[in-house]
Order: sequence, then C-alpha cells, then structure tokens
Amino acid sequence: MTQSVVVQVGQCGNQVGCRFWDLALREHAHVNKKGLYDEALSSFFRNVDSRKSDGGAVGVGGRIQHLKARAVLVDMEEGVVKEILQGPLREVFDSTQLLTDVSGSGNNWAVGHMMYGSAYREQIVEKLRKAAEHCDCLQCFFLIHSMGGGTGSGLGTRVLGLLEEEFPEVCRIVTSIYPSAEDDVITSPYNSVLAMRELTEHADCVLPVENQSLVDIVNKIKHMSYSGKAGSVIKTDSSIISGRGGVSGAEKPFDAMNNIVANLLLNITSSARFEGSLNMDLNEIAMNLVPFPRLHYLVPSLTPLYTLADVSVLSRRLDQMFSDAFSKDHQLIRADPKHSLYLACALMVRGNVQVSDLRRNIERLRPSLPFVSWNQEGWKTGLCSVPPVGHSHSLLALANNTCVKPTFVDLRERFAKLYRKKAHLHHYLHVEGMEQSFFSEAMASLSSLIEEYHQLDATKRTLVPDAPRLSIAR
Amino acid sequence: MSVVTVQLGQCGNQVGQELFDILCRDAQDGQRTPYCTASWERFFHQTTHGELVARAVLIDMEPKVVNQSRAKAERSGQWRYGDTSHFSQKQGSGNNWANGYCVHGPRHRAVVEDLVRREVERCDRLAGLMAMMSVAGGTGSGVGTFVTQCLRDIYPKSFILNHLTWPYGTGEVIVQNYNSVLTLANLYRLSDAILVHENDTVHRICSQLLNIKHISFSDVNRVIAHQLGSVLQPALTADSYGCYSRNPLGELVSALACHPEYKLLSVCTIPQMSSSSIAYSTFSWPGLLKHLRQMLISNTKMEEGIDWQVRPPAASERTRSLTGPSFNRSVANLLILRGKDVYSAETGGFEDPALYTSWLSPKEAFDVWKSPMPFNKYEKSATLVSNSQALLRPLDNMVGKAWNMFASRAYIHQYIKFGISEEDFLDSFTSLEQVVASYSQLS
Repeated sequence: MTQSVVVQVGQCGNQVGCRFWDLALREHAHVNKKGLYDEALSSFFRNVDSRKSDGGAVGVGGRIQHLKARAVLVDMEEGVVKEILQGPLREVFDSTQLLTDVSGSGNNWAVGHMMYGSAYREQIVEKLRKAAEHCDCLQCFFLIHSMGGGTGSGLGTRVLGLLEEEFPEVCRIVTSIYPSAEDDVITSPYNSVLAMRELTEHADCVLPVENQSLVDIVNKIKHMSYSGKAGSVIKTDSSIISGRGGVSGAEKPFDAMNNIVANLLLNITSSARFEGSLNMDLNEIAMNLVPFPRLHYLVPSLTPLYTLADVSVLSRRLDQMFSDAFSKDHQLIRADPKHSLYLACALMVRGNVQVSDLRRNIERLRPSLPFVSWNQEGWKTGLCSVPPVGHSHSLLALANNTCVKPTFVDLRERFAKLYRKKAHLHHYLHVEGMEQSFFSEAMASLSSLIEEYHQLDATKRTLVPDAPRLSIAR
Repeated sequence: MSVVTVQLGQCGNQVGQELFDILCRDAQDGQRTPYCTASWERFFHQTTHGELVARAVLIDMEPKVVNQSRAKAERSGQWRYGDTSHFSQKQGSGNNWANGYCVHGPRHRAVVEDLVRREVERCDRLAGLMAMMSVAGGTGSGVGTFVTQCLRDIYPKSFILNHLTWPYGTGEVIVQNYNSVLTLANLYRLSDAILVHENDTVHRICSQLLNIKHISFSDVNRVIAHQLGSVLQPALTADSYGCYSRNPLGELVSALACHPEYKLLSVCTIPQMSSSSIAYSTFSWPGLLKHLRQMLISNTKMEEGIDWQVRPPAASERTRSLTGPSFNRSVANLLILRGKDVYSAETGGFEDPALYTSWLSPKEAFDVWKSPMPFNKYEKSATLVSNSQALLRPLDNMVGKAWNMFASRAYIHQYIKFGISEEDFLDSFTSLEQVVASYSQLS
C-alpha cells in the first residue's frame, strides 16, 4: 500500500486541511471496527507508540496507539494553526510538522513566494523530507492552498516547486481555491495569475475549486433542508457539508464549505485506500486525464450533495447521481462542462455499485456530452466498495474540460484591469527577487494556456476526419 | 503434462483465480478417476497432506488483488495457491504500459523468473506456460509483455500461450488502445498463440444468456473462466488412444496456430444459461453443433441473435473473391465436445472446405477433441476455439482509435517519460496493420 502526504499552506489551506483530517478520522473509524492499524489507515496516518522516547512507529496490523497525520502545516501567521493545536485535532499533529511565522504575507504573492520562500526554504524541505521518511512507499503529495491571498498562493506555489525539485518521482496533486470575483482582497487577481503560472508548470494535476461555487452549493443544501417538503427532507448526517460524527464539535462559519473540499480529497483517494472490483490508483489520474502536460486542470463535481431521508426508488436515484455529476450546479467551479468540450473524464464511484450500473449510465449520458475527436471514448472508471459515511453510494467526477477557460479568461481580465494602471505594483516590486517581468511572463503563460484550450474548443462543432491509416505493402 | 500459469495484474489475477476454481470443482465432481488425475496433474500439485496447490505464479505491482485472490482460494477449502508463489509491490503501474514494460518489469525480473522457475521445476513434464493478463492497464499489459519476453528467453522451446482480456470498448482506461497496441504488437512476436476474451462480448453473455441483473466483474470473470476451462480440461484427441495425459497447450497451438501471421484465437461456448434454466432444458448434439456452426460463420459470439442468412460462399464465388463481408472465414478451428453421448456427435458441418482458406484443407484446419465427462454442470457442451476473422473488427477498431489519438500526439509524453519513443509506437502500429491486413485478405 502506498502513502500520501498532505501539505496545507496558508489560512484557507489549513482550514480545509483541518476539515479533511477530521472527516478522514471519521471515515476510518466508521470502516475500521477492530481498532487495528490497517493498510487503509496507513495511507494518511502513522501509528506511533508515544511511550517510546523516539516515538517509535507501530507497524500495520498492530493496535492503534497514537495516530499522526501525514501532513505538513505551513502558515505565515499563527492564528489558524494555533487554533488547530488547541482544538480536538491537536493529537494528530506534532510540532515537528508545523511551520509558522507571525507577520503574514499581507496578501502579497511576492512576500510569500520570494521572501518567505527563501527564508524558510531549508526548514520546509526538512519537514517535507521528514514526512517522506515516515512513508515506505510515498506516492502522492496533496497540496491545499488558496489562489487569492499571499501565503497560500505565494508560499504554496513555492512549496510546489520545492516538491518537484526534491521528489521528482512523486505525483503532485494540487487543490487550489480560486477567489470569487467580488473578493475583498484587492490584489487577488495578481496573486492568482502569478500562482497560475507555477501550477501550470509544476503540478501534475490541479483541482480548481471556486469559492462562489461552494457558497452556492451550501446555500442550496440549506434551502433544501429548511423547505421541508415531503419527500425532500434531508438527512443531516449524510449531506457532504456536515461534519457531524467528526471529533470537532460546534461548526464554524466556513466549515460547511471546507467540508465539501475535504470530501473531494477523501473521495479521490478512496480507491487507493480501500478495496474495490476496479481499483483506481492515484498515479492513474494524471495518466488518463492529462493528454498534454500543461492541460492538467481537472474540474471536480461531487454527487450526491445530500441524501434524502426518504429511502425509496434506489436505482432511479443511482442514475440521478450520474446525471447530476454533469449538471452545472454540482461542479466545484462555476462552469458548464456539458456545453464545452471534454478531453477526458474520470468517474470514481464508491459504494454498492456494479460495473453494469456504470456501463448503463455511461451509455445513457454519452450522447449528450461532447468529447474531443481523438478521445470519443475518453472515460476512466474506478469502483471502490466502501461508501462514504452516511451514504450508500457516491460519485466523484473529474473532467478535463475546456469549461475551465471562462474562469481563466475572467481572471486574466481582472488582472489586466489592475496591471494597466500599474496599481499596487510597487508593493510587489519592493520584495527582493521580484521583478516586473514576472507579471508579464505569468500573463503570457496564462494566455497561452487559454489559447490551447481555445484551439481544442474550436474543434467542437467541426467534423474531424479520422487520421489516414498506415498502409501496408502487400 | 503440466501447465504453469502466470497471473499478471488485477485482471489476470482475478480471472486466474476463477479459472482454478472451476478446474478444481469440475475435476472433483463425481468419480471419474483418469479425467480427474489428468486435470490435477495439469494444473495442481499435491502436498504431502493431499492439498491441491495451483501451479501458478501471481504477479502484481500492488498488493490488494493478489491478497484477495489468495484469500478467496484459501476460503474455497478445495485448493489454494502456493505459500511463496506470489509477488507484489506497493505501487501499481498507473495504466502506463511503458511504466510496466520499461521500469517495473526489468526491476523485478530476477524475482519473477525465480518464482516461475520454481514452479516449472515442480512439474514432472512441462507442457508449456500460460500468461493471463488484460491489455488495457499498465501491469497486466506492460509487465505482462516483459514477463512473456523473459519466459521466451528462458524457455525458448516451450509453448507459451497468452490469455488476454480485451477491455470494454469504452469506460475502463482512457489510454487502453495505446496499451493494447503496444502489448499485442510485442506479443505477436513472442507468443505461440493469443487467446482473446472481449469484455463487451462476455458482458452481453452475462446479461442476455445468464440473465444477471447487476453484472459485477466476478460474473464476467466466471464466464471467461468457464469458457477457458472447457478448452483446457483433459479431452481425448483423435490420436490419443483413450489416454488423457497429452500436452494441452502444444495440441492447441499445433491445431490452431499454423502460420506466424495468424495467432489470434477467439472462443465461443454453447450452451450458456442461468442454472435455473438448465434444469428445464434438453440438448441434442445436432442442435448444439448446428447453432455453433452458424455462430462461427456469421461471427456471432453467443447463442442469441444468430444471423441464419449468412452462408459460406460457393467454390465458384471464391475464385472471384466476392465473399460477403459478414461471412467469417477461418484459418483453423478446434471443436471441443464434452458430455453425454459425445462419440455420437456428427461434426461434418465443420469440415466444409468453404469455411477455410484455399491454402489449408479442412483435414489440416479442423480438429475435434472429445470427453465423455460433462463440464461444469452442463450435460452436453461444445466449445469452439477459432483462428478466424472473428477478432478482425475489434482489432481494427483498437488500432484505428489508437492511431487517431497518436495523430494528435495526445498522452505520448506520459510514455516518453518512461522510455518509449514515438518510433516504438510506429513500429507497433506497423506490425498490427500487417496483422489486420493479413486477416482481412483471407480467402
């Protein structure tokens, strides 16, 4: 069994990460009734005997002693990490996994990337190496960060570069939280575009998540649960925004939104952790979904978002789950994949779902979904037999789809608006190592990415003839 | 004589486990000593305590499936795998043929060869080796191809049969056509014969003939195992003089793979039905064989929706090569009959020269094996292994889709990373286009 290390950077990254660890513990507690440290647990947790002075690790198969998260927490202010250390999750982290500063990055990518990146480089590498040493087969780094602020976007993407330098063989999957258009951070377009270039060049896969989509989903679920119509009553313990059953008690304001992202990470790794009739390993994600190295932005959608309390009509609901995964309001970014072009699509199913259910639904949905001419059958599927807590089944769809383009175009416009006036530029150029060329290069990188998506998009309605086959001399 | 099976990757290990299960249960049903002894000698060795241990090596690059298959075998209480005849790693090949063939394969070559060698040394007489794998993923296809190459090096004179599971046309692995093309092109020069099961076909058998509502992978694998078992279990050939213990792989290869350009074998079996229907059905040999013959010439892989209009072309038509596209021409066929009154079965319908190419007479192109033992709860059953145009269309599709993807160079960077060049792809495409051309020009 392989292991993964989660690297959470900045306020948002740490809050999401915190929800992830809470829900991961809940999920494993639900599945693992014997209290033994099993292979599934070992993928995200170490088992440590605290009585031994060296904190000796207990092998797979032994009793659970002390679970420690395979995580590195980085923030340039103390607030969030301190809160975690005072909260119920304090047991799963120890001080050697943490790195904080006191003064923050002031919503400035350059401060995070250049200043802190250089100052803390050695320490970060040291902590990453330590986490890696605890794994006997490290497969994947999951980086969680936001794009809008200073620490997450600046230092987060610096960490990404360090991961590539130090662990070139290990897969890097990044979850990036994109700011809303009405973001209160005025420099967020700068930070996002500067970070985008790093993501395009150094990540294996990026799972973009938009703040606004999370807000919309949370509101929709709340609305459903208050409307109280017969037949649409929601079981509170099984909607994906609920953290009930976790070790944390009262819910904080952003918890509902962060839970959605935490669920995304749980589901993406479920097939690598648990058994299933069609395993899907983490290294298969990039292999199947990334046809060209730079086009590695995978739009996630999660279904069901909630479970109705009414338990009848099971198979109809199963088919509904597949339909929902392609609908606009289940995407974690604001995009409409059905009306754009699919380059590839992965369906990761959990729970009691058979291959025939999967095939029936792919056959049913295929005609309505436009796929690029050379990948008309671009489906990758995984079946994991363990469902998420509170659900009988669930589906995570990852789409490599040109529908990410509008989000990027939008970002470029907001960037251009600031950059034309050279607004706030001096804050960035103050920072040692930062040059104005970084801005134009980041802009050029984003533009060429948009252009690549655009060219593929343009083939959508045209009939592309098959490539002429090799002819064989008779 | 004994067969050593090498199970590779998730699919190979799952299908292999189902196969041994059927072989073991079939041999143990009732009192039929010579048959049972021959079957055991072929596929199992017995410990001093009388336990049956499969002559198999389990290989995967991740541990879950190997562990599952071993545990399932153990639970059967009838047979098990050898305690040390398995090898797994922690991290899979990630659906990447190049990762399996260029990295994992060479890295673990010594261990794998050693496991196979130990299993071979346990056999009194080695009939040959059978490698079971899928062509879609990374381990079965990539490591499988590499291991087949190693086996060819170590056992240059032994028969090597590859059993391949072809993926569903869509929905399993996106790069499956690349992986398939690379696998098939390489196996074509290494293997003596390539026996193919298509998931799509088997899935249809599960839903239409066996009436399974929610089809799982184990249902699909069980059908494959049933068909494969009915080919591999002991049977009497025309010149075996009532003695079961012959070389199953050698006889299969010499009956069917007579030309290096034609190595693709397809299988169909009748009857196949849900166990509740068997009790209400009676079978006659003329009825079964009439259906099976029409399935062969119309290329229908199951006993439903058979096109009865298709006929072999008359001799005069052949010279003008006006054969309709729906007629399925064979290079060679092997018919295996099992069950009651098997010696009364009349197989003349398969000896029609019009079914075969002009360069091989039916006497050389057609063979029958018979066994009076009913197989796997069917009173009478017939299996046809066919080297014919049956796989031409799926192969052509596979090559066409891969070529289309290759034209835009999509996903190629993932293979180059592990040491496969664009030229390697081109070589594979060229050799498979040759195979496609050879089969489509059969006359």
